[in-house]
Amino acid sequence: MNIGEIKKEFPIFDNKVHNHDLVYLDSANSSQKPRVVVDRIYDFYTKEFSNIGRSVHYLAVAATNLYENTRLSVQKYINAKDKNEIVFTKGATEAINLVASTFGQKYLEEGDEVLITELEHHSNYVPWHFLRQSKKINIVFAEINENGEVTIEEIKKKITNKTKIISITHLSNVTGAILPIKEITEFAHSKGIPVLVDGCQGAPHLELDMQDIGCDFYAISGHKMYGPTGIGVLYAKEKWLNDLPPYQGGGGMIKEVKKNHISYGDLPNKYEAGTMATAQVIAFNESIKFLESIGIKNIQKHEQELLKYTLETLKKNNSVNIIGNPKNRGGVISFTINGIHPHDIATILDEDGVAIRAGHHCCQILHEKLGLNATARASLGVYNTTEDIDQLNNSINNCIKIFNL
Amino acid sequence: MNIKELYQEIILDHGKNPRNQKKIDNYSNDAKGYNPLCGDNVHIYLKLNENKKIEDICFEGSGCAISMASASILTELVKGKEDKQVREIISDFLEMIKEKEELKNSILNEDEKTKLMCLSGVKQYPMRVKCATLSWHTLTSAIDNSSKTVNTEN
Repeated sequence: MNIGEIKKEFPIFDNKVHNHDLVYLDSANSSQKPRVVVDRIYDFYTKEFSNIGRSVHYLAVAATNLYENTRLSVQKYINAKDKNEIVFTKGATEAINLVASTFGQKYLEEGDEVLITELEHHSNYVPWHFLRQSKKINIVFAEINENGEVTIEEIKKKITNKTKIISITHLSNVTGAILPIKEITEFAHSKGIPVLVDGCQGAPHLELDMQDIGCDFYAISGHKMYGPTGIGVLYAKEKWLNDLPPYQGGGGMIKEVKKNHISYGDLPNKYEAGTMATAQVIAFNESIKFLESIGIKNIQKHEQELLKYTLETLKKNNSVNIIGNPKNRGGVISFTINGIHPHDIATILDEDGVAIRAGHHCCQILHEKLGLNATARASLGVYNTTEDIDQLNNSINNCIKIFNL
Repeated sequence: MNIKELYQEIILDHGKNPRNQKKIDNYSNDAKGYNPLCGDNVHIYLKLNENKKIEDICFEGSGCAISMASASILTELVKGKEDKQVREIISDFLEMIKEKEELKNSILNEDEKTKLMCLSGVKQYPMRVKCATLSWHTLTSAIDNSSKTVNTEN
């Protein structure tokens, strides 16, 4: 696989940032978009636009087919059993909120426990907090170990007879730890507990097979997967989507509406109320085709090699402290430099065209545990090269020079 | 704009070794400020006398070099001044950091103005302006003795 050729497929890299080539190391936040995705949105709006699922005219039928084609692509990509197990949402956040809200409404009572981890992004904590407030449930945190990972043993330790659902990240957006979600799911199911996996960081970088993982719910973010903003996917086993109540009410999700009675639509319409992000869903199909054209195994191999190079490079730099040391990890590297606040690091790196993230990365619980207000984070994507990492390291050295450390 | 114009020596010095970074006993006023975007936080303590003059001012907090330097310089510049003067300096500073070229007030002397203008480089970095202004908004809150935490996102 030729990264130079892949990089050329991303128009953003034709632009300069502060007169420098862009070194984009913020893909865990949001990935850049290949030309095919950008063009697909333009083409849809200029040649094929219509609302879907309602009208019978030519454009409406064609647009509906395109929209449903993405559903089929996603189903195939993650190996879901049925296309009806794919629900489009406005993002992974909405996907998790959907489950928390509907599962909570039907199955959670006062004193019940939801088991999450200290690694969770706010989007996999706050939706459960709403239930803590409205239904007086308890949220239990599985703790990280000294490597910044959560082990199956820790999960087992935190499960009680009050645990009603486990909601965990696939891949930490701070330490990069990949959780043993298959083993966790197997154990949880042996206790009759369903599992939701926040796959925001997993889906763009790891091979996904819902039949192998076995989880009940898997949340995907479109924009982290080289796709447009404004869309995400909730994978849910069909039994859950049939069993749980609808999430939002409106057009498209109903079957029959009377003054004294409403019946809800069949799957997947039941969970797709209102006009969906049609153009984005259709363009998301191109993201999946793009990933498939390279092959997720090749992407994984490239990112693992680059991760190794990044860790080796940064470990040689005595001023850099890398946060966490998980055995099984993805291309997310959070770090600090003694004497320089992460926001100052990010501003100075930006001057060289190096885009990283600084802050708590929507993981305040984890940062509090680590005793840090903020960290700097470099995260890898399919387009990153060893030259990008060399530039990152040079710019870090420039920071150290500016701060006279 | 060169990054070194933002991280001038005086900013780095105050950022690394902030002046008056401690808690004072017997303070009359205090206020907290928080910048959720960066995690910067400051807690300003004042000793106002009966003439509403700032007899002493200190702060506790943590954050980036810009926010700590700004808080440190602030404490040096407003100590010994009356609340009305301080409010004028605050609004002058905030206007300068947002749009105006120069500081207009006649309370600070030229050396003090030069020191304060070292923070003007932040204008070129819109995402960082809040780091520079956090302690100044918090100072207003402290003079008002408001119990509400200043939040740069509200």
